[in-house]
Amino acid sequence: MISAMLNEAWNSMWANRLRTILTMLGMVIGVSAVIVMQAVGQGAQQQVRESIESMGSNLLMVLSGSSTSGGGVRFGAGGIPTLTIGDAESIGELPLIAGAAPTVNETAQVIYGARNWSTQITGTAPSYFTVRNWDIAEGAPFTDSDLRSVTRVSILGKTVVDNLFGDENPVGKTIRIKNSPYIVLGVLSAKGQSLMGRDQDDVILIPITTAQRKLASSQVVGSVRFIMVQVRSAEVMSKAEQSIVDLLRQRHRIREGANNDFTVSNLTAMANTAAETTAVMSLMLGIIASISLLVGGIGIMNIMLVSVTERTREIGIRMAIGARGRDIMLQFLLEAIIISIFGCLIGVILGIGGALAANGVTGIRVEITLSSILLAFTVAAAVGVFFGWYPARQAARLRPIDALRFQ
Amino acid sequence: MKTHLQNGQVIDDSVPQGDNEAVAGKVVSGSVIHIQNLRKEYASVAGVVPVLHGLNMEVMPGEFVAIMGASGSGKSTLMNILGCLDIATSGSYFLKGRDVTALDRDSLAHLRNDLIGFVFQGFNLLPRASLLDNVALPLVYSKVSREERVVRASDMLSKVGLAKYRDSRPNQISGGQQQRVAIARALVNRPKLLLADEPTGNLDSHTSHEIMNLFKELNERDGITIVLITHEVEVAAYAHRLVRLADGHIVYDGSSHIPQGDNEGTMSKNSTESSAAAHSTS
Repeated sequence: MISAMLNEAWNSMWANRLRTILTMLGMVIGVSAVIVMQAVGQGAQQQVRESIESMGSNLLMVLSGSSTSGGGVRFGAGGIPTLTIGDAESIGELPLIAGAAPTVNETAQVIYGARNWSTQITGTAPSYFTVRNWDIAEGAPFTDSDLRSVTRVSILGKTVVDNLFGDENPVGKTIRIKNSPYIVLGVLSAKGQSLMGRDQDDVILIPITTAQRKLASSQVVGSVRFIMVQVRSAEVMSKAEQSIVDLLRQRHRIREGANNDFTVSNLTAMANTAAETTAVMSLMLGIIASISLLVGGIGIMNIMLVSVTERTREIGIRMAIGARGRDIMLQFLLEAIIISIFGCLIGVILGIGGALAANGVTGIRVEITLSSILLAFTVAAAVGVFFGWYPARQAARLRPIDALRFQ
Repeated sequence: MKTHLQNGQVIDDSVPQGDNEAVAGKVVSGSVIHIQNLRKEYASVAGVVPVLHGLNMEVMPGEFVAIMGASGSGKSTLMNILGCLDIATSGSYFLKGRDVTALDRDSLAHLRNDLIGFVFQGFNLLPRASLLDNVALPLVYSKVSREERVVRASDMLSKVGLAKYRDSRPNQISGGQQQRVAIARALVNRPKLLLADEPTGNLDSHTSHEIMNLFKELNERDGITIVLITHEVEVAAYAHRLVRLADGHIVYDGSSHIPQGDNEGTMSKNSTESSAAAHSTS
């Protein structure tokens, strides 16, 4: 029974090849659009997720200078150096805090042998590695004793190694930063792009004391630009933030009612906002793609209705020789299902191809998951059945006598 | 046994017939078709239009009946009701002893598949299917296995002499051949009743006679009960019994050989009282 009906469905689709293909096209475009959009959306989300993970978890950033205050001349956050290494050490001793790393940044030209590279020099403390959740890939990190003795040692980011050393092993070699020699202690593991799209591996880490005394150009000696703070758990973020504010007001002797000369910002919250934004974006892409799927489904219904009208006489003949309503219904439903399933399959193939092409041409990160393919396939098949059902029922409800008389 | 088999008797069905009353209630189980006081009305914008005015008829197994009548006499309507394609407004219709008037759509479809074979004026073959598939189609709906479908459909095609065209399409053979295929299709499920609606209407006279000889053969050799509609006297002459309809009444029910003037071909010219009545309505 089913095999005979499949055969008939095939015959009728083959007889109207162009129409069948055009109907299928609606489905193909819908499904491939859903898959491409899902791939792009998921890719963006994955990228954000990885950036957040690379940043380190439960992060607060304490910037010198105030961004919230009343009258007088105001400096932006980080504008005037008011934080010290001592502040960082005190913060690190607070009960809710896992670690605090004082940081200064400087851009400098770096030379090794015949090559040179301009990069960001970050002076910081050993706690930076744990706060940023950043491993040493080769060699060893600098230690507190390096900070105390203000040694010229450096840890290189992956990008810097690629540009200065190529395939050579940099550990133990000496590079020159602003014409002073620094020994390379180790190489950082690769982290990739930050949330802002900056290459986080394009960096050289040196002890903060060395940076302050031997590299600093304009900064007040002993000051730090900002302190990266890692809180013990996500639940106590705001409590930890408050304890830092209390501590620093006390250390900086800020009177009651006076403005803070520092700013605490919640990096994790910012990252989560970014993640939510991407999630909303990918949802919107999905919705737009789903609309094309819906349009494809309506295309199927349209063609099936035409097909039912066109074949009313055939329906009449079939009924006259004993087809029941449900036999007729099954026949038309089968056609709709075949069209939508074939459309889905082609759409899946085109969608994967399209996503890979988008990646190849624009370099956009795409993430093709089995679940998104299954989802697109299931939804499309359901759309096909749903929109095929109505015309099929119209056919099944025809009175045999009317159908036979139809010209 | 049945009064309406008497030669030349004209039944005036506007008056209730005593012998038909007698049949009511106790259904003659042997009859293929048994209709009683069958009425059909259509609703139109002008109001209710009656088409059949209470017909009584019985057809026994092995009979070959021709129904004649002018356009609008109600013969097609009667045929559709006999074929379970349409339902009467009132009255009863027993097909092989089963009351058809009380059945739902699916049961009617089952009856059409199981008991009735249809032959249409326009052949009504499926244009995209091969002749074999066309003949096998009723078997699809009675859930016969694929192997058996092919065997039985091939047998039927050989029976109508078209076995070698089994893989052709309907548009590749002549009209007469298409009608043979339609007859093969009508007979493939071994029906109790073959209904033919103007089966020779689209055929030339030579082919018409071929088709009618086939009907005659099927009736005489295989004992298949046949009811056919025609407006051609030559065609009706192949049947044993003639029923004339005019304005929704049966105006003649009897032998297809009119008593005065046995010449079949000139029957319409030597019009009897009944055929004159029928013709006057056209």
